[in-house]
Amino acid sequence: MRSPDVDDVLLRVEDVSLAFGGVKALTDVSFDIRKGEIRAIIGPNGAGKTSMLNVVNGFYHPHQGSITFKGKTRTWMQPYEASRGGIARTFQNVALFKGMSALDNITAGRTLKMRCGMFWQALRFGPAQREEIEHRRRVEEIIEFLEIEAIRKVPVARLPYGLQKRVELGRALAMEPELLLLDEPMAGMNLEEKEDMSRFIIDVNDQYGTTIALIEHDMAVVMDLSDRVVVLDHGIKIADGSPDEVKRSQMVIDAYLGVAH
Amino acid sequence: MDVGGSLDTFPKLLLRNAAQFGNHAALRHKHLGIWQSWSWAQVLDIVRAYAVGLQRLGLKQNDTIAIVGSNRPKMYLTVMAAQTVRAIPVPVYSDAVADELSYVLGHADVQFVAAQDQEQVDKLLSVVEHLPHLKTILYDEDRGLRDYDHNLLTKIDDVIADGRAALAADNSLAAKITAMIERGEGSDTSVILYTSGTTGSSKGVVLSAKRCIDAATDTVRFDKLTENDVALAYLPLAWVGDHYMNYAQGLVAGFCMACPEGRETVQQDLREIGPSFYFAPPRVFETMLTRLMIRMEDAAAIKRSMFHYFLKVARKYGEAILAGKPVPTSGRILYGIGSTLVYEPLKNVLGLSRVRVAYTAGEAIGPDLFAFYRAIGLNLKQLYGQTEAFLYVTCQPDGEIFADTVGPPAPNVVVRIAESGEVQFKSPGMFVQYYKDPAKTAETMTLDGYVKTGDAGFFDEKTGHLKIIDRARDVGRLKDGTLFAPKYLENRLKFYPNIKEAVTFGDGRDCVCAMINIDLMAVSNWAERNNIAYGSYQELAANPLVYEMVEKNITEMNASLAEEKVMAGAQVRRFVILHKELEADDGELTRTQKVRRGFVADRYAALLAAFYNDAKEADVCTEVTFEDGRKGRMTARLKIYDLPTTQMPADLEKAA
Repeated sequence: MRSPDVDDVLLRVEDVSLAFGGVKALTDVSFDIRKGEIRAIIGPNGAGKTSMLNVVNGFYHPHQGSITFKGKTRTWMQPYEASRGGIARTFQNVALFKGMSALDNITAGRTLKMRCGMFWQALRFGPAQREEIEHRRRVEEIIEFLEIEAIRKVPVARLPYGLQKRVELGRALAMEPELLLLDEPMAGMNLEEKEDMSRFIIDVNDQYGTTIALIEHDMAVVMDLSDRVVVLDHGIKIADGSPDEVKRSQMVIDAYLGVAH
Repeated sequence: MDVGGSLDTFPKLLLRNAAQFGNHAALRHKHLGIWQSWSWAQVLDIVRAYAVGLQRLGLKQNDTIAIVGSNRPKMYLTVMAAQTVRAIPVPVYSDAVADELSYVLGHADVQFVAAQDQEQVDKLLSVVEHLPHLKTILYDEDRGLRDYDHNLLTKIDDVIADGRAALAADNSLAAKITAMIERGEGSDTSVILYTSGTTGSSKGVVLSAKRCIDAATDTVRFDKLTENDVALAYLPLAWVGDHYMNYAQGLVAGFCMACPEGRETVQQDLREIGPSFYFAPPRVFETMLTRLMIRMEDAAAIKRSMFHYFLKVARKYGEAILAGKPVPTSGRILYGIGSTLVYEPLKNVLGLSRVRVAYTAGEAIGPDLFAFYRAIGLNLKQLYGQTEAFLYVTCQPDGEIFADTVGPPAPNVVVRIAESGEVQFKSPGMFVQYYKDPAKTAETMTLDGYVKTGDAGFFDEKTGHLKIIDRARDVGRLKDGTLFAPKYLENRLKFYPNIKEAVTFGDGRDCVCAMINIDLMAVSNWAERNNIAYGSYQELAANPLVYEMVEKNITEMNASLAEEKVMAGAQVRRFVILHKELEADDGELTRTQKVRRGFVADRYAALLAAFYNDAKEADVCTEVTFEDGRKGRMTARLKIYDLPTTQMPADLEKAA
């Protein structure tokens, strides 16, 4: 285990609670994500995993508790502020512009990095042109990285699901995030697609040094990929530690398999 | 083209090209979405630095260096740089699994390997303990390799940079490299190409520089290739087809070789590059046509009827127009309209607009398929050749094209038919020997210096062109003495778009039986159209409606066989649709995608037994190898269908 150095922590969630009416989605959840690690969030259905990600990227606002990202604590934040701050995510159900090509979808991920105003962009001249070339170069690097050259110009609606997921990852990468949130990146994939996706996640972590938080149901994948695992059940954190520790935890086993009452 | 004489090695040709066509593009590669070009002068510059770098790593004359990767400029540059220091490049099939790789690398005693990426490096590292001679693995793409132990690994770019630094530090070094090139001799081993192993384990075919260049020079003249031509290099590097067509002819003629962006983008890259010289195995043409037909089925009714109408026109007049034969004016006008409306746009979509000469080889091409491409005005020709000949044995000259022959002997090639019916040849490009296998070499060469091809064939009386029937050892007889040429039947079956692969059995048996692989692309499209749900290849293959469709195809073929006196008895009586596609990874196909019949017979022995004991079903259990080398099992119960035979037409029967 790495030493719990405070400077090492990229994101710290402290005592976060979230409720929808009477439903408590999250109750006093605390954990941290260290720079450069792959952190998995697991739990049975309805455990509050996606809510947790939504809190982290500012889509939901916690009723209690605080979130510290890169040393700055905040209680209220809009999603675009999270994006600008370096948090990118993919979604459980693919959220792409269906009619646009893979290339355009990924380029959309760079919107926040564009500096030129509408006027210059409309003229596509001077600084806007230089900027666009630079953006395109970055996008092409991502396309090469994800090995989707062959579908560059194909509308994403025509692509198989596994490739759509890959394009979505590409769009998140286009933001050059420091923290990448992946919501079930491998849901609905076959074995080969899962292996490809695992490879890409490891490569993103390895090559770009991106910190990754992922939600995943496939335990084999989680245990292989992640450095540390948080387990949620009914909005409560029931375990936190290395994959081996979590695997041995009685509470986790009970949460997944159920206990006789 | 003043090739020959003093220009007897590839590095010498490189020097000439850099001097003569300095600014012409020699290599192209699409990287990050943009086509990058290198001129001959630039290529020489890189090769020189690379060669110095390799020398400094310890690569010497007659050392072997393996090349494992797809068609990337760095891989081709490695071949050139190795030849510059008079070392011997050994290209290896990049999709070979680790064991196959280990065999070839071990057999060739390689000390160096140039690998394209992490995938290849991983395979190499997994067999490194079996390769005592291996000193260094060079790699092109560093993705994923950062945390590897770099004792054995060196990046190709670093080798080139090191060579450049050495060249900059020592002014006399460049001259030394030039002198080394000039010392090169035509008898130097230019390359060792390992055969794909259709018949057992692969053999290393040793080819000498002068012979390679002589052969390539003949065909460059034959097809009038110049420095202004462009070819797309997309076939496996280790295959003689790629090495000959792109590398050897490219250097001899000075034309540009374009490398596609990736394996899946070939079709798009073809369109963008618009090659003027194109070579593809029949399989590629077949896939192209299948895809085209599927898309036409989806087109609007007007377009569809226009397409079919003009296709009929093309079939009627196209061949004659291409061959320069007289055609009625009305036919010319119709063909002209069709050309504007259908043929040219079609060729443009396929990326064949600028093709002057296209070749196909490797297997027999379906007459319909062949006729289709020629009808729309593509100058598609057949050739027959093999690695031992450095490709060409025969090829079809313009204006003398027949679908069922492979043409007269290529320039300076002598072909004869042995008494056994085997084709034998003597050619400028013929191989020197099998690497470290004098017994096999002796077995393949006749005493008077001819090479045995192992193919049965004969010269067609009408045209004087060579006709290939089958592998000589595959031709057999049924119990009743009927001639059984499996390849002949399989090719006929494969001409149906629904059938991707067929394996027939019958030698020494009562009747002919066939194992069929359906074409997933064509059949899945049909299934979609007919609302047939399926979850996997296995499920689709077992569907009774699919069986019926294939049954119809085979019955049709049987009917056409019945009209051929010699083959009428060899109609397919029983067949089965296999539950999995035949795969090279499982050893069922060679790396060049040819069926290994004996292997398939062993593997599906249970099925074969069921064929001949009249069972209606058979259980099969096969081991499958996944892409990453892991193994799994696949079990299935397959239905065997019986087919009625078509009687020979009465008049034929009387004649017989």
